Amino acid sequence: MASIETITGKLGARQGYIARLGAWAIEANLALGDMGVFFLSTLYWIFRWPGRRAISETFAQMYEMGTKSIPVVMIGGGFIGAVLAVETLPQFQEIGLASRVGSIIVISVVKQVGPILTAVMLAGRLGGAMTAELGTMRVTEQIDALRVMGADPVRTLVVPRVLACVIMTPILTLYSDAIGILGGWLVAVRVEGVRNYPFWHYAAQSTDLFTVNVGLIKAFFFGVVISTVACYKGFRCGNGAQGVGKACTEAFVTGFCLILLSNFILALGLNNLYNALYPNQPSVL
Amino acid sequence: MAENLNATSTPAPALIRFKDVHKRFGPQVVLNGVTMAFTEGQTTVVLGPSGTGKSVLLKHIVGLLQPDVGGVFYRDTRIDHLNDRGMEPIRKKIGFLFQLSALFDSMTVGDNVAFPLREHSKLSKTDIRDRVAERLAMVGMENSEKKMPGELSGGQRKRVALARAIALNPELVLYDEPTTGLDPIRSDVINELILKLHEELKVSAIVVTHDMTSAFKVGDRLVMLMGGSIIADGTADELRSHSDPRVQRFIAGRADEEDLRALHRI
Ligand SMILES: Nc1ncnc2c1ncn2[C@@H]1O[C@H](COP(=O)(O)OP(=O)(O)OP(=O)(O)O)[C@@H](O)[C@H]1O
Ligand SMILES: [Mg+2]
Repeated sequence: MASIETITGKLGARQGYIARLGAWAIEANLALGDMGVFFLSTLYWIFRWPGRRAISETFAQMYEMGTKSIPVVMIGGGFIGAVLAVETLPQFQEIGLASRVGSIIVISVVKQVGPILTAVMLAGRLGGAMTAELGTMRVTEQIDALRVMGADPVRTLVVPRVLACVIMTPILTLYSDAIGILGGWLVAVRVEGVRNYPFWHYAAQSTDLFTVNVGLIKAFFFGVVISTVACYKGFRCGNGAQGVGKACTEAFVTGFCLILLSNFILALGLNNLYNALYPNQPSVL
Repeated sequence: MAENLNATSTPAPALIRFKDVHKRFGPQVVLNGVTMAFTEGQTTVVLGPSGTGKSVLLKHIVGLLQPDVGGVFYRDTRIDHLNDRGMEPIRKKIGFLFQLSALFDSMTVGDNVAFPLREHSKLSKTDIRDRVAERLAMVGMENSEKKMPGELSGGQRKRVALARAIALNPELVLYDEPTTGLDPIRSDVINELILKLHEELKVSAIVVTHDMTSAFKVGDRLVMLMGGSIIADGTADELRSHSDPRVQRFIAGRADEEDLRALHRI
């Protein structure tokens, strides 16, 4: 027979879990809200015109983030395209449709793999660097120094990074798409002997402008997510080297989750848009 | 004549006023009811043991920290509840030397000193270059414009930060340990610089320091912060003859039994 104490004890323990879950939910909500406010103040400065020096800093960041990311994005994209061909081609050959492999490679690369893979690589490469740089600036009071000198840190530090990231992510996605398709083509046509003309024919048939735009629209939002999360985590980073390291990890994990979440939401939304624009065609998403 | 006498006898106006300021970080109480006024045109030295909240006190003046209770005033404006945009006109008039310099390490020394000028002045490129060279020369760092902060020693960084703090000709300069980490000769140069700014440009100053030589040399008035409140306030002579033994020990640099107890256990 369970005594009153053990029952209330169990209840108490369960309430402890629930209370902790509640506390966690409140904290997560507050953090999201705080990040939202942070993003709004970034938007505020972008639309209020952040000033000539912020714009020239944006170009410097575009070089730093964009141009220097091209190799990693191309290598990543190329190998994924090639692997897609390696894995899918046997299935298509089995049903005698090897020439159709181009369509599956292009659709996967342009709509999903290209944008997501690029975003994840950039979240690692750019997000980490941004968080570490801004976090170190916070820890060494450089952000306080900006504020004391009457230079809004969001305007001088965040706006250039967000703008550069939002502009460069779609461009890098295009690179990744192109090299990914090329990688698939290399394996399918050059190695496995699929004929060249049908490969491109079916590839082109299955892709329209809308499909490419879907990838680019996604990439645009991924750019927003990566840079906002990374800058936010840098600005809110804890003390010391440990604080900076922790902020970088959090930035990557949060960024990664938000990329996947927004990918899902965007797929739903864009699917509906496609159905509204082309009501009589089957959905491609 | 009578009016003239009157003018000299009324106290100079307060530039910064703290009114019953309380500040705590978690359970730790740092400021526990600080009430005091920093007089315009004076150099006030803030003394106190390490970790009592001197830097915290300075940060309240530029709005980097807000009091939990109480108010901070700049002339007659209450500033402790202002946001960054509201603080901007006041911050432009204040130069702040951070204890750890806080130079922007992605910019050259020259760009660091030019930063407040580019941000807030309408000076031309050549004027900015000249002003930067002049301020760097004032702190003994001439011809270092092209260097990066990472290539400098701690003392050199401090001097560059000082040049940056006074670049815009502020009416109030807050120095957080301006001579810490400098050799005695350099320290004296910085003391002379503080005096010169004070005498020639009528700059008001608040100097946080542990360096008693410097404190007595530059301070028109010395205050001591201990245990969260001001325990002594007066001229150098008044402090030297202060009745509180804690003040006496601090000035003489003498540890008491309490301070040394941990050592005796070894
Ligand atoms: N942002 C902060 N968060 C938490 N605690 C803080 C923060 N800033 C200061 N403190 C605490 O407040 C106390 C006073 O710090 P402060 O930097 O003002 O000391 P100080 O008098 O300037 O000492 P020192 O002479 O060594 O520079 C310290 O104990 C410190 O731990
Ligand atoms: Mg300090």
